[in-house]
Amino acid sequence: MIAHSSVSRRTLLTGGLATGFLLAFHLPLRAAANEPVQPPDATDGKFAPNAFIRIDPEGLTTLVMPQVEMGQGIYTAVSMILAEELDADWAKVQLLHAPANEKLYGNPIFIIQATGGSTSVRAFWKPLRDAGASARAMLVQAAAAQWGVDPASCTTSKGEVTHKASGRTLAYGALAAAASGQTPPKDVPLKDPKDFVYIGQPFKRLDTPEKVNGKAVYGIDAIVPNMKFATLAQCPVFGGKVGKVDDRAAKKIPGVRQIVVLDDLVAVVGDHMWAAKKGLDALDIEWNEGPNAKIDSKAIWDDLRAASAKDGVVAKSTGDITKGLASGEKIEASFELPFLAHATMEPLNATVHCKPDSCEIWTGTQIMARVQSEAAKAAGLPVEKVTVNQHLLGGGFGRKLEPDMVVAAVRIAKQVDGPVKVVWTREEDIQHDVYRPVYRDTIAATLSNGKIASWKYKIAGAAIIARWLPPAFQKGIDIDAIDSATDVPYEIPNFHVEFVRAEPPAIPTGFWRGVGPNNNVFAAECFVDELARKAGKDPVEFRRGMLANQPRFLSVLNLAAEKANWDQPLPARVGRGVCLQPSFGSFIATVVEAEVDEQGEVNLRRATSVVDTGIAVNPDTIVAQVEGGLIFGLTAALYGEITIEKGRVQQSNFNDYRMLRINQTPKIEVHVVKSGEAPGGIGETGTTAGPPALRNAIYAATGVALRRLPIDRKLLAAGKKA
Amino acid sequence: MHMATVLTINGETKSFDAPPEMPLLWVLRDVLGMTGTKFGCGIAQCGACTVHVDGKAVRSCVLPVSAVANRAITTIEHVGSTPAGAKVQKAWLDLEVIQCGYCQSGQIMSAAALLAATPSPDDSDIDAAMAGNICRCGTYVRIREAIKQAASGRQS
Repeated sequence: MIAHSSVSRRTLLTGGLATGFLLAFHLPLRAAANEPVQPPDATDGKFAPNAFIRIDPEGLTTLVMPQVEMGQGIYTAVSMILAEELDADWAKVQLLHAPANEKLYGNPIFIIQATGGSTSVRAFWKPLRDAGASARAMLVQAAAAQWGVDPASCTTSKGEVTHKASGRTLAYGALAAAASGQTPPKDVPLKDPKDFVYIGQPFKRLDTPEKVNGKAVYGIDAIVPNMKFATLAQCPVFGGKVGKVDDRAAKKIPGVRQIVVLDDLVAVVGDHMWAAKKGLDALDIEWNEGPNAKIDSKAIWDDLRAASAKDGVVAKSTGDITKGLASGEKIEASFELPFLAHATMEPLNATVHCKPDSCEIWTGTQIMARVQSEAAKAAGLPVEKVTVNQHLLGGGFGRKLEPDMVVAAVRIAKQVDGPVKVVWTREEDIQHDVYRPVYRDTIAATLSNGKIASWKYKIAGAAIIARWLPPAFQKGIDIDAIDSATDVPYEIPNFHVEFVRAEPPAIPTGFWRGVGPNNNVFAAECFVDELARKAGKDPVEFRRGMLANQPRFLSVLNLAAEKANWDQPLPARVGRGVCLQPSFGSFIATVVEAEVDEQGEVNLRRATSVVDTGIAVNPDTIVAQVEGGLIFGLTAALYGEITIEKGRVQQSNFNDYRMLRINQTPKIEVHVVKSGEAPGGIGETGTTAGPPALRNAIYAATGVALRRLPIDRKLLAAGKKA
Repeated sequence: MHMATVLTINGETKSFDAPPEMPLLWVLRDVLGMTGTKFGCGIAQCGACTVHVDGKAVRSCVLPVSAVANRAITTIEHVGSTPAGAKVQKAWLDLEVIQCGYCQSGQIMSAAALLAATPSPDDSDIDAAMAGNICRCGTYVRIREAIKQAASGRQS
């Protein structure tokens, strides 16, 4: 089925592997095909001091990527950190996707092998620096021994050890064998950040050159010889089962080869996706919808509102909240956020070849090892019989922190003779997502002397952590759901946060870019604006007054106000809104400027973010992440909502689950503050900042205090009362 | 049964078996193994599948192969051999437009067609030509800037 062009690609691939490297710069990121991933302990005569670094006798330096590349630029950042402490020659660096191996590549924050939650640089900063520094020290020891000099008298730069006093130099490649015999030193000192040569420089990304010419290989692009193509339908009602399937018409469609009927899904296997899709459309499937067919959005919101009226588990309490709320006018509001789908541009997919005694998978996932173990369960095989070939991800946003796309593909592949690529249609992708949960956050506060005196904050929503990382779910508190609620920037004497666990019935919920802070930053920063108005203060001035001991927050807020021309007047129905937030160890202030027209339509004019993310490993990537994050969050604020009717999702594709487009994109400016502090996270940051800043801009432009997303244009038409 | 279809893709003649109503996207990806052109929505809403037919940007996910016989088809794998395509690719890398990159084949194809037809596009030309291409990573600001850079020939 596959013509010669792909065969030649496979030949190239094999050529790449013959040298032992999967992801060389000249052949970057060509994972895939069915060659086994090189085991991490295979050294092939290379210097392999740890799981991340290998140097061969020619000096070729392979860096193994513990975190997956889904657009966030992490392959480049990880490489820069390793290369910095190693003093590697950047021109000789090559990349390799890490294999599934929790012990070697587990994320130190999650313990499991996962990429998400803006953790990559924060979690791996120290381990990668240690790995680089330790490897460098072994190379220095090897050179010093050869020269009979004190290692302390040697220096390193660009892949070479130099003994200045005697004018001698040895390349890392020439030292590879000798360094392998060295004992890894303990407590190797790390570089003083002022001596960094790579970190902090705007490096070109390593993954992008093959993304401009179609050569980059995503999971959906995996080509395995003799593979077939499949697409699937799951019961439109969550939890429903397959009843009767009439496949007579489908089987007549040219190219349709097989109909796979499982208890909860039906797949059509064909010579290409078109045959599979036509075949699926031609099936007459009777579903046993089950009890969830009665569920709708109204019932879900009724339940959540009822739950949010109850007391929650206390996550944090300082001062005396009861006394505080009793001593002044109590101001109260609730904020509601809808279900959201991820809609990664690359629809869900996995290619699987199941044999009686093994299973091989080609996909792009945020959870390598979990995919391997879940696939093993589905295949009925020991985990070591399952091989996962990691690929680039065409977006992740948390969707690929779930193994379902691979598990479904394995279950289908078990019924198919030979390899099969299972691709979800966009409709299936939207209607069988693992959704950002609905949240309802209620805040009660009092003011005193123009400042917030007491603040009682209650989150009601799902506990994703309880399902996804059970050991981290302690005492009924979901650390994700309360993130950014317990550490608001402001000094508030009486401060109290509660969490009410409220799981929506039947609707699967999971992480979505921005994660827990999406609900908390929105509710908190919208309410702070309402309190500022109550106090008769400008929103920026009001925030400043509560930041006396928060220099990093104060500095980003002041700079954002300055860069956004906060104090300059605007035309009627145009407003600026501000959002200040802690974000995964970073500090970010954002100002959005928006216009609301007479019909209530919102036009984005400008967005300005100032971020202090500590040491910025690759500053241009930081800027790009905030730019993109803002768009992601603003998209949700303007359009994002998944609704449920009769147990099924009503949206299906980009026509009814809309995305922001280039013609609606505002000017965006991102300023990165120079900092010597430890790096913070950046992937989620812009996403959480966009919606509250926009809502506050609308509040400034119209006086309407929206308390629900997506924004409701009907409330914003001219003449509406605030 | 259907007849062998013959198409001219990137200057080469390709012959294959496919039903006449089969969209070009699936012929490229699943029959010819040319995976640079991406599947995003299947209903011409996202632009990930954009290719050139006689130099014009079209959505291959809704384009039956029967409609493009005897037409010149260009895909992302070959667009760098056109002057506009090469300029766009260079600007994309100079300005580090790309994040996940999945939509960028389509973005680059739309931008290259725009520049070939309108060598000095203004913002409204860019909006008109590019609004059909969704980018979930939100690279729009840089896409606009890169198109302007490619048009002006200036270096970053």
